[in-house]
Amino acid sequence: MANTKTVTKPKRTFTEWLRSRDGQKALVMLAFMVLPLLLLFVFTYLPFGEMFGFSFYKMKYIGERKFVGLKNYEKVFSRDDCFGALKLSLYYMLGSVVQLAIALYLATILSFKVRGGDLFKGLMFFPFLINGIAIGFIFKFFYTRGFVFDTVLQWCGFQLDNLPYWLRDQRINNFSLVGTSVWRYFGQNMVLFIGAIMSVDAELYEAATLDGANRFQQFKYIILPSIKTIVTLNVILSITGSLSAFEPPYVITDGANGTGTYFVVMHQIAHVQQKVGLASAMAIVLLVIIFVVTILQKLFFKYVFKNAEDEDPNAARKRDKKIARIAAKRGGARA
Amino acid sequence: MKTNTQAKAGKVIWLIVEYISLIFFSFVAVIPVVSCVITAFKTDTEYQTTNVMTLPESWLNFENFITAFQKANMGRGFMNSAIILVSVLLLSTFIGTQLAYVLNRFKFFGNGIIRSLFLFASQLPGVAMQVALYEIMYKMHMINSLIGYIILMCGTDIISIYIYIQFFENIDYSLDESAIVDGANYFTIFYRILLPLLKPAIVTSCILKGVGTYNEYYSANLYLQDKTTLNTVATSLYTFVGPLGSKYNLICAGVIISLLPALIVFITCQKQIYSGLTQGAVKG
Repeated sequence: MANTKTVTKPKRTFTEWLRSRDGQKALVMLAFMVLPLLLLFVFTYLPFGEMFGFSFYKMKYIGERKFVGLKNYEKVFSRDDCFGALKLSLYYMLGSVVQLAIALYLATILSFKVRGGDLFKGLMFFPFLINGIAIGFIFKFFYTRGFVFDTVLQWCGFQLDNLPYWLRDQRINNFSLVGTSVWRYFGQNMVLFIGAIMSVDAELYEAATLDGANRFQQFKYIILPSIKTIVTLNVILSITGSLSAFEPPYVITDGANGTGTYFVVMHQIAHVQQKVGLASAMAIVLLVIIFVVTILQKLFFKYVFKNAEDEDPNAARKRDKKIARIAAKRGGARA
Repeated sequence: MKTNTQAKAGKVIWLIVEYISLIFFSFVAVIPVVSCVITAFKTDTEYQTTNVMTLPESWLNFENFITAFQKANMGRGFMNSAIILVSVLLLSTFIGTQLAYVLNRFKFFGNGIIRSLFLFASQLPGVAMQVALYEIMYKMHMINSLIGYIILMCGTDIISIYIYIQFFENIDYSLDESAIVDGANYFTIFYRILLPLLKPAIVTSCILKGVGTYNEYYSANLYLQDKTTLNTVATSLYTFVGPLGSKYNLICAGVIISLLPALIVFITCQKQIYSGLTQGAVKG
């Protein structure tokens, strides 16, 4: 008897509570958040944890596993094809600087009235919407000896005999691959920059034009300050993005002839050779590096901005939040 | 007077530089695709005997398109891609709007934590995560399963969540309050009042997510291994790797077919794609 009493009593209050505002709130929160959180857990945090565990084992996806301690990590640093592959990131960093510069330049032009502006914008943006495998084929074709790129260069007066094999010659093939990445993303960067520039009050430009400011001055004093946030963010993203460069070599050369970036090597070790432990260790090492680099960059930019102008902390905080948010969006877009 | 003409000359020169730059970079952007279109219309002999940039004899030679479509089993690919697209968009719209509603309208312990969890997840490079995810997908019997792939594609979608949260921020809370006073519960408020208002945001994020899903090939290749029945449009292009690898007139036709849907969506929804991408970047 006493038992049922203690059970029923809170039960009644529980249903009462369910009917109350607070109960309703809890119910709707539960109903609306269970699924997304479950997905987030299963597809992100669970693999993240598993991967950390895997990195201490010698294992395949199926079959027995052997605990090897830190051996996988030692291999990551000692094997030439693992850690050494990070050197290739320098090419991609260089590429993203070029890409940002082109995007900024074109965005500045297009944010003023230009005849046919929408058409130009569309043509330059479209590569962003092409699927990765198609990109792979397009550029294998593009760079083949005597094909598209060579033909265009011959129009410009180059001799075919003086041109290298774009994807085979190890002095040049990484530049060729980086070029495809610039080709794909400069239009998208440009659209982001145009959006940021457009958010500046148009009256500012009018006033500047009336005061006799030329385009360059307008760029320096109006446009650049207004898009500082998004440019900073893109620099941060491009460096971490360069460390994890994957797509161009994966779809075009499959990492052959010295074009295997860190992630391409990791992909092959995991899914072709099935050395899952080693691949996991590689992933963990790079994630740690990316994490550290991101924090260092944030500190660096904070320091630079603080010295450049003593802005009020409120604005700074707002900017940081904005950066984080945009970073998330962009990160998601790339993934 | 002199300075005036000088300024004018400067303006004209700058204008010329502007247009030359625009034309140059547009040319750079289109030439790889245009060369593909040219080649796709060439017959085998034409392809072997003429330079790649020589225009085809006939722009009505659709033979390559037909052969590519059949060889790569692209009919199946379009069907699978359509099934995936519709399911992913429906599911992720529900999941995303509901999560955004809770995160925006309710203050509770853990709200910030959940946002950060999603934010952090989006920063992790996808390729790295697949190393361990493959094992999990294997254990859940989600390899070679369309449903498994669809569920995977619905996970962690920070972009749409942010688009929705931002949109919710602009919907006045008094709307919710008056509904509460009228006795509506939270589910009614969400489905009857807020969801219809959210339509522009849903359209925007569906276009972005749709293009992303349609173009996705890495996970599709990894988890939909049965390429004869479970190929998407993107992965059906893998047919051309190997023996067909040098028949570029055929390959180019396949490539052009695969990017037609993206092109159509782009032409019709240009504004939404641009604004979707810049949203959040612009409104601080």
